[in-house]
Amino acid sequence: MSGDGTTTKVYALHGAVIAVLVALNFVLPEYHHGVLARVLVLAVFAMGYNLLFGYVGLLSLGHAMFFSAGLYGAGLPLYHLGWGVVPAFAGGIGAGFTVSLFIGLLALRTSGVAFMIVTMMFAQVFYLTTLYFGEWTRGDEGLVLQQHTRRIALGSETLDLTNPATRYLMAVALFAATLFATLAIVRSRHGRVLVAIRENEERTKMLGYDTFANKLAAVVTSGVICAAAGAAYALLFGYVGSTFASVQYSILPLLWVLLGGAATTLGPLLGTLFMYYVVDITSGYTSAYMLVVGAMLILLVLWFRKGVLGTVRERWLRWLP
Amino acid sequence: MGSLVAFFPHLLLATLEGLVTSAVLALTALGLSLVFGVMRIVNVAHGEFFMLGAVLAWAITTTLTGHPALGFAIALVLSPLIVGAIAWIAERLVLRRIEYNPEATIVATIGLLYIIQQLALTFYGPEARPVTPPFNYRIQLPWFGYSGYKLSIIAASALLLLATWFVLTRTRIGLIMRATQYDRETALAFGIPVGRVYGAVFALGAMLAAIAAVLIVPIQQAHYLMGLDPLLLSFIVVIIGGLGSLRGTVIAALLIGVSDGIISVFFSPTLAKIIATLVVAMVLVFRPQGLFGTATK
Repeated sequence: MSGDGTTTKVYALHGAVIAVLVALNFVLPEYHHGVLARVLVLAVFAMGYNLLFGYVGLLSLGHAMFFSAGLYGAGLPLYHLGWGVVPAFAGGIGAGFTVSLFIGLLALRTSGVAFMIVTMMFAQVFYLTTLYFGEWTRGDEGLVLQQHTRRIALGSETLDLTNPATRYLMAVALFAATLFATLAIVRSRHGRVLVAIRENEERTKMLGYDTFANKLAAVVTSGVICAAAGAAYALLFGYVGSTFASVQYSILPLLWVLLGGAATTLGPLLGTLFMYYVVDITSGYTSAYMLVVGAMLILLVLWFRKGVLGTVRERWLRWLP
Repeated sequence: MGSLVAFFPHLLLATLEGLVTSAVLALTALGLSLVFGVMRIVNVAHGEFFMLGAVLAWAITTTLTGHPALGFAIALVLSPLIVGAIAWIAERLVLRRIEYNPEATIVATIGLLYIIQQLALTFYGPEARPVTPPFNYRIQLPWFGYSGYKLSIIAASALLLLATWFVLTRTRIGLIMRATQYDRETALAFGIPVGRVYGAVFALGAMLAAIAAVLIVPIQQAHYLMGLDPLLLSFIVVIIGGLGSLRGTVIAALLIGVSDGIISVFFSPTLAKIIATLVVAMVLVFRPQGLFGTATK
């Protein structure tokens, strides 16, 4: 973190990652092109989770609620009220902000294991609510957003989100924005305080920092990022269903982040990409993908606690953010 | 007046159904509470031990031919023993190695949850299957007939809870467990094999869940996804009752089970679950020591 050399290296690395992702748009075969677009949106979800879990050390099992707040916040007005794509996306982010502020204020009164249980329960309430209002959400079956509603009019041009290349580049844009936002946050004063809270909350408090306000800000930022991912998922892939609110989607980002490396900016992408392909490939041979997920989780906590990039940082590249 | 007369049997039925739920819930939650109390870890795979108990009960009763009561009795003994052995192995192989770190334990037991669920799906299948009850005696009340088997669940659960209470408070094994719970370091210094106690407690917790599942499976079919509800309900009971308190667990199980039974009769079950989960989350936020527990630390 010292000297201008590292800052240059950090920005060069992140810029290169984005450049590679943009270049892949033109060379990837159709199937992998589609997969990568999906992975990028889910990686944004993982980055939101990482901000709270990796940097603040708060283990939540309720992030499916933030993701699906964005999903429904964007999908429902578009489907039922005929909102355009841009206001719908804003609606998703607004929903994520409101939910995460409310949950943060309540859940941050607890810590450790209780925080995990409380977030899990609020998420369960959210999930059951999406089922209860099945008349509007159609529960597990979900809503399919029609193709003609997923277009943005820009003057005489229209941006068709169902076009694979447009969809891919939008996903890259969201990913890049989130990546640089995360990078800016973790390198800022606020980011340092968050890491200090993770390492020793009492001591941070004694140094005069308002740890509650800092944690609340982190929960809201994390919630908004996850909601943005959810809203983008609804708009880019046209499906809104309550499966995304179930506890499984709170566990998956945890797995992605652990695998890629908690508290690393690029770890979530690596973990999401790797897991997506592992599940994709194994499901070609066997339907037992849950076995793979379960075994991965156990192997990770047993022998690979720092994840891929966490280990790389420890052994070779100390400057990795 | 007429409506009141018609209302009473409904309420009685709802209360009886609620008591059956409470009986099973108390056993399951007690298992979770013991593990949390003694080992200070949250076992997210607890619901899967419940599910495994039910699935094994189905497997055992369908393999054995003969009188259903005999097969059921064997399942009631064998199924918890198998589940306990699996839990013990998981504890020795995984949890011991991560040194019971609270967060790592949550991740590891989530992994365990997925593995058990997948194995059940692969070897047992996606169907929900019933187990024949050991007997089909109906008790005739003035208003309606009620399953004698359901009443026997309540009795069996009460007996098991009493037995657990006796073991915990009146025997040497219970003393060792309480000593470990109270102060791990000192217990170790006094020569208590804390590692072996942890292994045994984890197995015991899983066995309690499995027993509860075997008891309930004749009225609620076995299914590979049946573990999530007992897990969440057990969390709720353990939180309301105060962690590690046996009396609190039983009272909370009664409260949750009976109110769930009554609310479900008069309102939609989904709404009942939403309200219960929300109330409990609020209890945990504003009164972390539970309704019956006293503040620790």
